[in-house]
Amino acid sequence: MPPHPESWLRVTPQGLYCEPGGFFIDPQRPVDRAVITHGHADHARPGHEAVLATPATLAIMRARMGEAGAGTVQQPIRPGETLVQNGVAIRLVPAGHVLGSAQVVLDWQGSRAVVSGDYKRQRDTTCAPFEPVNCDVFVTEATFALPVFRHPPPEEETAKLLKSLALFPDRTHVVGCYALGKCQRLIRLLREAGWEAPIHLHGALATLCTLYETLGVPLGPLAPATVANKAALKGAIVLAPPSAVQDRWARRLAEPVVAVASGWMRVRQRAKTRGVELPLVISDHADWDDLNRTIDEVGAPEVWVTHGRDDALVHAMALRGIRGRALHLVGLGDEEDDAPQPEAAA
Amino acid sequence: MSVPAFAALLERLVFTPGRNAKLALLRDWFATQPDPDRGVGLAALTEELVFTAAKPALIRDLVAARTDPVLLALSHDYVGDFAETVALIWPQREGVNAPPPALSEVVEALELTPKAELPLLIAGWLDTLDSSGRLALIKLVTGGLRVGVSGRLARVALAEWSGQPVEEIEEVWHGVAPPYLPLFRWLEGAAEKPDPQEAPVFRPLMLAHPLEDADVAALRPAEWRAEWKWDGIRVQLTAGPGGRRLWSRGGEDVSGAFPEIIAAMNFHAVLDGELLVIRDGAVAPFADLQQRLNRKGVTARMQADYPVGVRLYDLLFEAGEDLRPLPFDVRRARLEDWVARIAPARMDLSAQIAFASVVQLSEVRDGARAASIEGLMLKRADSPYVAGRQKGLWWKWKRDPLSIDAVLMYAQRGHGKRSSFYSDYTFGLWRPDGAGGEELVPVGKAYSGYTDEELGWLDKWIRNHTTGRFGPVREVEKALVLEVIFDAAQLSTRHKSGVALRFPRIARIRTDKPASEADRLENLMGYVERRAPTDDATDG
Repeated sequence: MPPHPESWLRVTPQGLYCEPGGFFIDPQRPVDRAVITHGHADHARPGHEAVLATPATLAIMRARMGEAGAGTVQQPIRPGETLVQNGVAIRLVPAGHVLGSAQVVLDWQGSRAVVSGDYKRQRDTTCAPFEPVNCDVFVTEATFALPVFRHPPPEEETAKLLKSLALFPDRTHVVGCYALGKCQRLIRLLREAGWEAPIHLHGALATLCTLYETLGVPLGPLAPATVANKAALKGAIVLAPPSAVQDRWARRLAEPVVAVASGWMRVRQRAKTRGVELPLVISDHADWDDLNRTIDEVGAPEVWVTHGRDDALVHAMALRGIRGRALHLVGLGDEEDDAPQPEAAA
Repeated sequence: MSVPAFAALLERLVFTPGRNAKLALLRDWFATQPDPDRGVGLAALTEELVFTAAKPALIRDLVAARTDPVLLALSHDYVGDFAETVALIWPQREGVNAPPPALSEVVEALELTPKAELPLLIAGWLDTLDSSGRLALIKLVTGGLRVGVSGRLARVALAEWSGQPVEEIEEVWHGVAPPYLPLFRWLEGAAEKPDPQEAPVFRPLMLAHPLEDADVAALRPAEWRAEWKWDGIRVQLTAGPGGRRLWSRGGEDVSGAFPEIIAAMNFHAVLDGELLVIRDGAVAPFADLQQRLNRKGVTARMQADYPVGVRLYDLLFEAGEDLRPLPFDVRRARLEDWVARIAPARMDLSAQIAFASVVQLSEVRDGARAASIEGLMLKRADSPYVAGRQKGLWWKWKRDPLSIDAVLMYAQRGHGKRSSFYSDYTFGLWRPDGAGGEELVPVGKAYSGYTDEELGWLDKWIRNHTTGRFGPVREVEKALVLEVIFDAAQLSTRHKSGVALRFPRIARIRTDKPASEADRLENLMGYVERRAPTDDATDG
């Protein structure tokens, strides 16, 4: 009988550790060997020795933390390729979260665990779509694991933004969005909706947009928002980190309509306390329905929940006879993705 | 159109802080929606239409039947608002291909459907809607829309959209009913202005300009009449065969909150006056009246504890006769005669103040320290009663504000244009801390009075001197003194300091003054007026 993943995949203070393979997945502190699911700062920390990740994730890590910070030894592995480490077969499979994001599929002695990292099932033309992989244990996130979180089609949300631009043609529409993934997805959605004018960027978003373009994701005309003058930004779309849209930086904008693109915008009070005038429910995480659908599709009898609303998800799984276990991994969901930042929450 | 269009409007209105933006959204609604939904939506927004057919318990039962109790509880706990939780958690049904209902359809069905069939009807509607549509529907059927669109704002939007003056819309507004088809036909130029006939309608109030020092010298006493400016709420009383109404300054119907006034209106006239809490002939501070405001209904206890009356300023109509074009002196004589004849309960005349010179009047103004008096009203003897604020006819001459030097304690960001600025300031005064030392106690909050430059300076100072953060609020070093001016100080049990300020605003930043030299609570207490003097005492 194959060993239960519990016996070879453990929760440690640094994060998930594959004992026979001798490596961590998304460790929170510097380690000798790390497998990284994607480039968001709460998953990809600097200072590891050997780093295994998709080529795109490694490129993102280098852009964000420099050549040295991204790992002394960087080993790219293409999605679908298999690498054997001390008898543990490692395969990276697209997670659909952001460019380069991957699930980690681990096979050891006939037993299989899949660590999802963060993922979504909605259409996103900036990255490869999520592929469900059958397994014995599925390790999932649960950022939006409450039945109140159901993300509408993102096209409806960008249509709201364009309608607002038509209604308030003299106001700058500034959209708070995170630098990695959300920003580029939003740009692609706007292009699909027919917005051909230059999209203005806060300086903090420029680097990754350039990198996305180099990696084969065209974004159309982009311009810095920093040097443009107030009048030129009338009726323009400006993208900025969520923490900047309402702070001093935003004073350069003409009567801005403040929008924020995030799954949290689904809850009114959350949007209101942040002073958001135009909430856009666009998320890079699976919503409640997609989390449950995915769990059913991978067919695992047991599911581990890394971070988020594990209480609701574990309860919902129990109702259908799936064994759920909350891992309470620390550090995840704290820094990027849709997590509200203290300043932005003001 | 239908509920989804209305839901989209609601959602934008709820999140939009700016008045101009709200007006733009409403104009767009009037321009793009068909009748009768256009008018039904307008009535729902301004709460002219309120439904109570469905109780929150009905919604609770509906959602309980379709969701797991644990997941519902966890969700409610997270979201906070129950209606919103239901709207978000409502399970979408596959294969529902009925179109969402029209607003007018919802309104009609709510009136016609027997109570027992309501749950099925509402559940059916919820199945056709998305989450924002569901939220709009739930709020609509349970009567809790609360979007912050006043009737006045809606009428301004109608005026901007149609090009008709807002005063004309005000005049017909209360003579038309949802879905306002004759109103829209008139505004679109397809019909004559609707005639309210005998229906009790609101007539836009005449307002006053503040008197500037430069204007004072030009005043010739013989041409002007003076009265106290009472600190209550301005109201209009309309009574006749068509009904009785009490209107607020902005044309909102506040009859429901003041049944004793309505009961006293057994006459046929339109009057202008000030609603006040009056005990034994003495006017109570505004804080007392505040207890009676923003309520739909009122208890007998409230009526006894906060007895209200109206001090009459003007007579607009007597029986069917429009007195508004007549000179003020003539209207005043008619008013005095009318009061003597009718002697309505709970109403008295606003006394006129005799004066021989501007200097004398100025002394009278400075001498009035009753908390219930804001200053003086000056009315030109020959002024007709005209809607709005026409320069040179009526002046308000507020008494000089009081002032204290207070210490900035907390700051909060503003809204809209000010959302990146710390623009709302809580300030405090010193008092003994009971242990031999001194402590600051907050006495008020101000968010105006400063210039743009001062706001920029304060914002920067606050960011550089923050000692703590509580959500949107920053606590700052107790080191900056602000000169705060205000119209009156009143005792208040709702404030920790025991005192509340009327219209506090920032007059100056006192960087020259150390915080330890700011005023003490007892200095402020010296300004408190517990009771207003009776008319005899102040009637100069």
